[in-house]
Amino acid sequence: MTLDITGLKMSIGGKDILRGVDLRLSEGRVHGLAGESGSGKTMTGLAVLGLLPHGARVSGAIRLGERDLLTLPPKELNRVRGGEVAMVFQDPATSLHPMLTIGKQLTEHMRHHLGLGKAEAKARAVELLGKVRIPGPAEAYGRFPHQFSGGMRQRIAIAIALACSPKVLIADEPTTALDVTVQAGVLRLLRGLCDELGLAVLLVTHDLGVMSAVADEVSVMKDGLVVETGPRASVLREPGHAYTRSLLDSLPDTELT
Amino acid sequence: MHPLARFLIRRILLAVLMAWGITLVTFVLTNLVPGDPVAANLGQRALGDPAIVAQWRAEHGLDKPLWQQYLIHLQGLVQGDLGMSQQSHRPVGQDLAEFVPATLELAGAAILVSLVLGVGFGVVAALRRDRLSDHALRVLSLIGISVPTFWLALLAFYVFFYRLQLTPGSGRVDVALGLAPPVTGLQTVDALLAGRWDIFASAAGHLVTPALVLALYTIGLLTRFTRSAVLEVLGQDYVRAARAKGLPGRTILFRYVLRSALVPIITVAGLAFGSLLSGTVLVEAIFAWPGVGQYAYKSATTLDLPAVMGVGLVVGIVYLVINLIVDVLYGVIDPRVRLQ
Repeated sequence: MTLDITGLKMSIGGKDILRGVDLRLSEGRVHGLAGESGSGKTMTGLAVLGLLPHGARVSGAIRLGERDLLTLPPKELNRVRGGEVAMVFQDPATSLHPMLTIGKQLTEHMRHHLGLGKAEAKARAVELLGKVRIPGPAEAYGRFPHQFSGGMRQRIAIAIALACSPKVLIADEPTTALDVTVQAGVLRLLRGLCDELGLAVLLVTHDLGVMSAVADEVSVMKDGLVVETGPRASVLREPGHAYTRSLLDSLPDTELT
Repeated sequence: MHPLARFLIRRILLAVLMAWGITLVTFVLTNLVPGDPVAANLGQRALGDPAIVAQWRAEHGLDKPLWQQYLIHLQGLVQGDLGMSQQSHRPVGQDLAEFVPATLELAGAAILVSLVLGVGFGVVAALRRDRLSDHALRVLSLIGISVPTFWLALLAFYVFFYRLQLTPGSGRVDVALGLAPPVTGLQTVDALLAGRWDIFASAAGHLVTPALVLALYTIGLLTRFTRSAVLEVLGQDYVRAARAKGLPGRTILFRYVLRSALVPIITVAGLAFGSLLSGTVLVEAIFAWPGVGQYAYKSATTLDLPAVMGVGLVVGIVYLVINLIVDVLYGVIDPRVRLQ
């Protein structure tokens, strides 16, 4: 299934945050979204799930198959959230509830969306923990987030996002809060899952190194607009827009593929 | 051993140690108070006679050195003997057994009401931030926090009993009905146990106004704290993550938001209930509620030292129990506390 964002505009209190964003995510492809802080990358991701901040006004269209997520009634939107479109947040130290077990956080939406029983949900959760390579998945199931390292927490967050077999995954700076040594592992995991499960992934990042490592397509945002989009190789090697060039020039090491 | 059990045992042992500390502090403070119990208890003529004074002091053990007095006091306490009240001429333990349940009933009702209303109002105010209901609740909680309890008690008594005749007057039940056979000492509970609906209705009716008056401050405080605690949690990443998972709003509120918000709320509630106890003295005086507040006031003004120490001990233990409950609740709610 493809996710089509067309002419997405968003403003908060009269201030324009997004000024007509166009993006297209397709099955089995990782679409990297780059840009500096405040360019609107995260807001674009949040808009897909209808998680915009208090008082935000949105127009345009976000099509998932035949449906426009922006006009979906709240109940149906809730079925899409977690069920068809899932999200991984930047900092796994804050995006997991500190007082609930990993198992609870892995199974509650499965049971809600898929109507699974307790035992079924647990079996699937343990399988997912194994898939994201958490050692001793059966024991990990009953533990709390503070008993895991940052990299493991982000793997758990990815397992949570994948629990209901979504078709689209929005990863908002999924490696920014992690040590460099763990980043590569999490990115490899994301790439692998994308290929294996045919996920459409939107990878929001300000790190062009991350982008060049895993993205198939790259879009560059500036001031609420997508200024350049295309296959990774062409955007990163022959940038057409002055802003993309300046982003690339700002890298200490411009050996990008 | 289950980590929660180990956590509980540690806290209870600590509480016992604290209880011993309380006996020491109440004893020392009571004896430091400037004022001679002899002067407060004997008449003018008896005071002039050194023999009577000496005899009275010996009778009440006041002629011995202070450390000996403390040991005698402690020895009595261990055996459940709190000494004789110089005013009522009855054992202090017996007096307390009569007055403490009345206060517990009043304070317990006030605590229950303030928890339900305070937390409820706070959640509503947070979820409906900057709307009319939020502003209305802000005014209400400000009134609750700033109006002095004694004034509110007088006002409520005047308006609801004297003017509108909506509520029964002073005391715990209608005198005509008599008291329910004592089991717990709580009139409402005892009436239910005895199957006396008429007494229950009367006791509950008598309880409403003083309990609400007593609770209003705590309601205001808890409303404010709950509002800010919930608002803070609502802005957390994990709440946004829960929304992104498509969980129903009710699940997010109870499982994700309230659970985290409860930690600061419990802290404040524990402290507030302590101060609520001191409010009972005033409320009991105005509503003629035969509780430990009135007893404390009477014994303090007559320098009835055994009674004062008895009351101090009871209040101290109630604080301890509240703190113990708060500590245990922390452990129940937050795994990071109990798994330390």
